[in-house]
Amino acid sequence: MLKDEDRIFQNLYNDSGADIESAKLRNDWSGTKDILEKGREWIINEVKSSELRGRGGAGFPTGLKWSFAPKEVGSRPHYLVINADESEPGTCKDRDILRFEPHKLIEGCLIASYAVNAHKCYIYIRGEYFNEGQKLQNAIDEAYKNNLIGKNALNSGWDLDIYIHYGAGAYICGEETALLESLEGKKGQPRLKPPFPALIGLYGCPTIINNVETIAAVPTILKRGAKWFSSLGRAKNTGTKIYCISGNVNNPCNVEEEMGVPLKELIETHAGGVVGGWDNLKAVIPGGSSMPMLPKEICDNMKMDFDACVENKTGLGTAGIVVINNDQDIIKCMARIARFYKHESCGQCTPCREGSGWMWRMLERMAAGEATPDEVDMLFDVTKQIEGHTICAFGEGSSWPVQGLIRHFKDEILERNKFDPVVKKQKNIPYLVDQHLLEKENA
Amino acid sequence: MSIKKIHKEQPETFEFNEKSMEAANKIVSNYPDGRQQSAVMALLYIAQRQHDNWIPLKAMKYIAKFLDMPYIKVYEVATFYSMYNLSPVGKYFFQVCTTTPCMLRGAYDLVKVCKKKISEKENELSEDGKISWMEVECLGACVNAPMMQVNEDYYEDLNDKKLEEIIDTIYQNKIPKPGSYTGRINAEPVGNRKTLLGNKNA
Repeated sequence: MLKDEDRIFQNLYNDSGADIESAKLRNDWSGTKDILEKGREWIINEVKSSELRGRGGAGFPTGLKWSFAPKEVGSRPHYLVINADESEPGTCKDRDILRFEPHKLIEGCLIASYAVNAHKCYIYIRGEYFNEGQKLQNAIDEAYKNNLIGKNALNSGWDLDIYIHYGAGAYICGEETALLESLEGKKGQPRLKPPFPALIGLYGCPTIINNVETIAAVPTILKRGAKWFSSLGRAKNTGTKIYCISGNVNNPCNVEEEMGVPLKELIETHAGGVVGGWDNLKAVIPGGSSMPMLPKEICDNMKMDFDACVENKTGLGTAGIVVINNDQDIIKCMARIARFYKHESCGQCTPCREGSGWMWRMLERMAAGEATPDEVDMLFDVTKQIEGHTICAFGEGSSWPVQGLIRHFKDEILERNKFDPVVKKQKNIPYLVDQHLLEKENA
Repeated sequence: MSIKKIHKEQPETFEFNEKSMEAANKIVSNYPDGRQQSAVMALLYIAQRQHDNWIPLKAMKYIAKFLDMPYIKVYEVATFYSMYNLSPVGKYFFQVCTTTPCMLRGAYDLVKVCKKKISEKENELSEDGKISWMEVECLGACVNAPMMQVNEDYYEDLNDKKLEEIIDTIYQNKIPKPGSYTGRINAEPVGNRKTLLGNKNA
């Protein structure tokens, strides 16, 4: 287990309060000015050599991303945008940072905005986190009052303004370009890339977008050194990560652990084990709902970091671990996730808009045992038609969980679905049910 | 995105009151000159708060003028995002999360209670007109599942009995205590915490 002193988020459980006095006792805002004085180059190189990878799901190296921002400010100002639109089912780590460790985030904003030459920082919080946003706003006000941000922040000569922008319940706005659209006051529909936001982002200006956890980890990394951070975990998968363990476990919890911690240790030690014992485990979704699930055999020896997850044909994503035990109907669980994606598709690309509904309806019928055996392959084909054919990664996010289900539990689907349309007595073939017949009136 | 119904009976006029106006001007100043359109989402919230938790068409027109943008763009935003109510909801608006992590821990038991104690169908007012409920997608508190949101507050770690108590309290004109209903103030593993114990005992 990771030593307590190596945990970045000392106040993850709000033992000592989120206000600035308590935050300062936890070493926030100490030596921040010295860090800024070391210069942009040093900050970016240090973050690069710490091998910090983005904590929002994609795992893109943070230092590299920062280095994409133009070195000199041209005619267009630079922006820093923090993605706090945490909506991935199974994930609730950013919420605890916003409400219990807001000063780590604000300090990170100051350092990051200095590194990428931004004087304005927008924090995009999902609308449902209204109370969390208010807590963050209090912390921002405290920081202004103490001259930690604002004009000539910390007497470093750097000006920084931080604003909160509330979303309004659209999962897709967690995608960075959809987030920018939303920030500009439009529908949250993703943009084509390239151009990448680092060159043409918010209002057409260079914009760096980072997840809350990434930015909140930066001050500690710079204070304790890249060497310390990269000594945790293994190469390319360094540092610590907040894991959210939910579902059928005895003690669902958020816990900060080292990268590469065994999945079994997370579930057994921290979350009090699977309900009904480890042998009662059916499957685990390791990284939020958009990552393919894993059956028990793989979970036995699975390590939780970016590369180990990829080796097992899944992804670390946001590290939102959803544990499903044998008491649950696995097909029903995935049908519910498919419904989530059907509801949240922004409607811009046809394969995703239509396909997410198809997948949901097919899975609902499979859960009820009303599908034919051939349809399992048809469903897999549908997922392949969506994946890679959309503007943003939502297409992958919605089809991967279904692929994961078919990959590992095909036998179970076939076992349940023996419907044969040729048999004469079954004339009511529910082949293609119109969406509006299944839809509830106000869905 | 979800289909949204525009309410049939619309008010004749809509204008920001003084408090809303002040808030709106403050929000607009957060964005660069000429980019006031960015404030549309916040202004819709302000209108919703002022107008009994739902947004009439007149308010969209008003906001369009306020921000000097086409009405259709405001309409687009209001219909795209799920948190804008375009028809009346109860004074206490229950949003029960039923996405998989909550479902695994019994979210549909909560839905049953809502059906029994509030209204048979979603988005319908309870008999006294105070409460309405709906199923929503992940609210981002999966570790504290099952959970729901009432207006702006989260109610976490629920079960059917606790939800019945919450609804009864509201029927008695009292506001129940938000937060977790197993007593935790955070997302720690209850009774099994093994980390940061030094801080806990400090």
